[in-house]
Amino acid sequence: MTAMELLRERYEIQGKNFDKAGEVAGEIKVVLRDLGIDAAHLRRLVIVAFEAEMNVVMYAQRGTMTLIVTDEDINLETTDEGPGIPDIELALQEGYSTASDEMREMGFGFGMGLPNMKKNSDEFRIESNTGKGTSVFSKIRLPAHE
Amino acid sequence: MKLSEIKELLQCEVLAGEDDLSVDILQVVASDGMSEILAFAKSRELMITGLTNIQSIRTADVAGVSAVIYCRGKRPDKKVIDFAKQKKIPVLVTSMVMFDICGILFNRGLKGVS
Repeated sequence: MTAMELLRERYEIQGKNFDKAGEVAGEIKVVLRDLGIDAAHLRRLVIVAFEAEMNVVMYAQRGTMTLIVTDEDINLETTDEGPGIPDIELALQEGYSTASDEMREMGFGFGMGLPNMKKNSDEFRIESNTGKGTSVFSKIRLPAHE
Repeated sequence: MKLSEIKELLQCEVLAGEDDLSVDILQVVASDGMSEILAFAKSRELMITGLTNIQSIRTADVAGVSAVIYCRGKRPDKKVIDFAKQKKIPVLVTSMVMFDICGILFNRGLKGVS
C-alpha cells in the first residue's frame, strides 16, 4: 500500500539573510502542529529544518525546502545553490566546521549542524556538487510506522 | 527549582514573561553554540547563553526550553524580546558570567543534560 500524501509545501530560503534565518523552520513548526503531528516527532523535524535552513543562509546564495507529509512519514528536502560539500563524510563528523567567524558569532558553525540533522532523522542523505550546490534529504517515520 | 528562585540567586532582571516565573527547572543547557543547545536539550530545560540575537530565541523555541537567561549582562534588542514574548518564553538577564552561573546552579542541585 502506498502512503497517502497529506501535505506538500515548498519554501524559499534567502542566503546570507541572518535576520530571517529560522523563519522557514518556524513556519514548518506551525504547519506540522496544525496537522496534529505529535510533539516528539515535530521537534525532531523542526531541529532538522532549522539546522538545514541555517546552513543555506550561512553558505548558499539561495535555497528551497520542500516538506512532504504522508500518513507514514515526514520528508524534508533542502536544496541550495551554494559551494557544495567536497567531503561529505568529513562534514558529518562532530566538531568539523568550515564556518567563518561571522557565522560563529551568530551561534552556528561549531560542527554540530549536519550531525544533529542526521541524529534526528530516520533516513538521511546528502548529495553535493562542488561549486554548484547541495541537497539534503531527511525522513522521519511517524509512530505507527516506526 | 522555580525560575523565580533562580532569578533571585543570579540577581536577574526579567525582560520577558515576568508575570509567570513559577515554572519548575530541573536541568540546564548552557552554550553560545545554538547547535549544541539543539543537540542536548530534551525540552523544559533552562537555557543559558551569551548569544543575544534572534537565533537564540528561535533555538529556544525549537528546542522547547522553559526559559532563557542571558549571561555577562548582554542584552538582546527589543525585536528579540518581542519575539520571545510572542513565543511565550521567559527571558532574564544577569551580569554574572556563564561559569559562575553554572557553578551556583550546580551547587543548588541542578544538573546539565548529557
